[in-house]
Amino acid sequence: MMTEEIKAIKVRPQPKSETRKHIIIVRVQHNFGVLTRITSLFAGRGYNIESLTVGKTHEPNVARITIVVEGNERVVEQIIKQLRKLIETLRVRDITDIPHIERELVLIKVHAGEDKARDEIMRLVNIFRAKVVDVSVDTYTIEVTGNSEKIEAFINLLRPFGLKDIARTGVLALTRESAKEGLQEHKVE
Amino acid sequence: MPKKRGADIVIDVLLEEGVDTVFGLPGGAIMEVYDALFDAPLRNILARHEQAAAHMADGYARATGRVGVVMATSGPGATNLVTGLATAHMDSVPMVAITGQVPRNYIGTDAFQEADVVGITRPITKHNFLVTDIKDLALILREAFYLARTGRPGPVLVDIPKDITQQEYDYKMPTEKDVEAALPGYKPHYEGNPVQIKKAAELIRKAKRPVLYVGGGVIIGNASEELRELAELTRIPVTTTNMGKGAFDETHPLALHMLGMHGTYYANMAVYNADLLIAVGARFDDRVTGKIDEFAPEAKIIHIDIDPASISKNIHVDVPIVGDVKNVLQKLLKELKKKPVEWVKARESWLKQIEKWKEKHPLSYQKSDKIIKPQYVIEEIYNITDGEAIISAGVGQHQMWAAMFYKYRYPRQFLNSGGLGTMGYGFPAAVGAKLGRPDKTVFAIEGDGSFVMNMQDVITAVQYRLPIKIAIINNEFLGMVRQWQQLFYDSRYSSVCLAVHPDFVKLAEAMGAVGLRATKSKEVREVLQKAMEINDRPVIMDFVVDREENVLPMVPAGKSYREMIVSPKQKGEAETMYLVG
Ligand SMILES: Cc1ncc(C[n+]2csc(CCOP(=O)(O)OP(=O)(O)O)c2C)c(N)n1
Ligand SMILES: [Mg+2]
Repeated sequence: MMTEEIKAIKVRPQPKSETRKHIIIVRVQHNFGVLTRITSLFAGRGYNIESLTVGKTHEPNVARITIVVEGNERVVEQIIKQLRKLIETLRVRDITDIPHIERELVLIKVHAGEDKARDEIMRLVNIFRAKVVDVSVDTYTIEVTGNSEKIEAFINLLRPFGLKDIARTGVLALTRESAKEGLQEHKVE
Repeated sequence: MPKKRGADIVIDVLLEEGVDTVFGLPGGAIMEVYDALFDAPLRNILARHEQAAAHMADGYARATGRVGVVMATSGPGATNLVTGLATAHMDSVPMVAITGQVPRNYIGTDAFQEADVVGITRPITKHNFLVTDIKDLALILREAFYLARTGRPGPVLVDIPKDITQQEYDYKMPTEKDVEAALPGYKPHYEGNPVQIKKAAELIRKAKRPVLYVGGGVIIGNASEELRELAELTRIPVTTTNMGKGAFDETHPLALHMLGMHGTYYANMAVYNADLLIAVGARFDDRVTGKIDEFAPEAKIIHIDIDPASISKNIHVDVPIVGDVKNVLQKLLKELKKKPVEWVKARESWLKQIEKWKEKHPLSYQKSDKIIKPQYVIEEIYNITDGEAIISAGVGQHQMWAAMFYKYRYPRQFLNSGGLGTMGYGFPAAVGAKLGRPDKTVFAIEGDGSFVMNMQDVITAVQYRLPIKIAIINNEFLGMVRQWQQLFYDSRYSSVCLAVHPDFVKLAEAMGAVGLRATKSKEVREVLQKAMEINDRPVIMDFVVDREENVLPMVPAGKSYREMIVSPKQKGEAETMYLVG
């Protein structure tokens, strides 16, 4: 049975947004269990963390957490709001679109048995300004720092030699003081 | 100041916070606190199950607007609170739970009755604390009350190791300033952004088919007066969520009653056809919106809420306003009055259209003068209480009928577990409500399935001589699940038949309450009259009703309002599906 009031199916227009990587900085009161609150928030709401690092700051009882997540604007906005809602959160910023310095430190164990491989790996190490920190008969352990792109590129170039193990610190980031003028803080109302 | 036991500090803070009633049940880890409670000037209500105690504190809070307090011992006592805390969390109810924990030197050793209560309750509380030093005890407790009642309220749990409750300490009562200093990142946003409020006023002036969509936030934020003024000034019809019932007088001509899954035909049609939706203290829950892409498909949306995380969570909003709803509505009213519009004329055709929808499908059911129709019981409860009672409901069909067929006129009049949908909530919440509002008639409208989940606590109501009226809508079914099985699972009634029940009349008598039963329509009034005369103990009324009555209208889960099932079942016919569109 049809009624006369509604003729066609109408749909709400939804704003589209692309999925990309975001870097979120959270400053929290460094209380017992605060990290668990953050990680369980991500787990409970089904958000995927790409990396998360925590450390003390120059202020007493304040910790700084750097979180890298993949998501569209709506998801990331919701993540930021949920982080802000935590009682121990002091400040949350999405610095993805603000000029910033991004670094990650990675230790890589790679097969380096034959001379040819050793030479080539050393060339890459030099190009990427990495450092060999341990050598054995058939492995190099390499230390490298840089932003995500550099790290990914370096790892991909080493892959054909045979990776034995990788340890990554996760991303750390600070906004660039030099580019601060005229920039507005990312705000979500 | 002389040294005090941790347990006495707990009592001091309760008194400082103006607490007059605590609900709970003692055990090893919280014995010291119960010892201090023994001669404290507080009403200490002994429940028979910690879950019920939590719902009592919740019902007390919802009925009075004050913080409800519940106590339990470590391990099983605390885990029994879980459902109650989650229920309060989903519905933003201010509560403080105090749990005993094993002594500090036993934590982490799998000690007797040890459970990681802070870990278990983290996602179902607004915040929680484990006290690790007696120096922090008073401050943490005061923070707990502050967090529970400010911003978007919610339950806060404080877990106190037993040795701290026994330790003595020379303490000073922390001030509100100390509390704020201890919570540097917690700054609820009360003032709405003036630019956004201006934008909202402009949209309201331009709208041709506006609807106010009102949630529990208006009740929590004490903004009913402002809401009424806004609706009357701008002649905008008001639909409320289940949680918003009572925020707007349901006997008012502008009332559209509930929207959503079991919303009225006219509320849902109004929302579906609206060009402006003003959401106030509501959160676009899936039981309200149905298929989100087709919710209010042509409407611009203004969303006023104190919780920024509620805004643009489920639906994109055109004008978000973060702030206390009372504060924002006051400013919005001021803004609207600056540039008046001929509101009456502007709304004429829209309100006429809504009248047509109201006439076409008013809330109704097939009456019977033999078998008791569940809706009829609710109507009679409405009549006998002059619409003035506090109603607390379980979860299921009876909850929806209690929402639909009792007309709520005041905030804090209808208590139910809207967010979590907790069966077993209704009756214990009524106990809390009666203790908080002894001046009010309090009815628990219960399902036969829901009631038995916490019926042990009738004993508590008997002990404290609480004249609570328990009306069991007894359909011998887990009726709401049966309804879904009938409609969506080809009537395969799997595990929903409750043919085996205790004799509720005898059960009532065995517990020291009064038991009454009605099996025919004409007995309903008589039973209610008898129940109203009892004022020194609870009454259980067993209303044996039509077993397969359905709650209608209904928008099936995840469907659009277009697919609303409107008409009741005809004899021998399947449900009529109105595909509106
Ligand atoms: C604790 C809990 N368990 C299961 C459910 C799922 N559920 C929702 S309604 C319902 C049936 C409730 O039966 P009853 O209390 O008799 O109410 P009726 O629908 O028959 O009025 C059930 C089992 C729930 N909401 N809560
Ligand atoms: Mg039932």
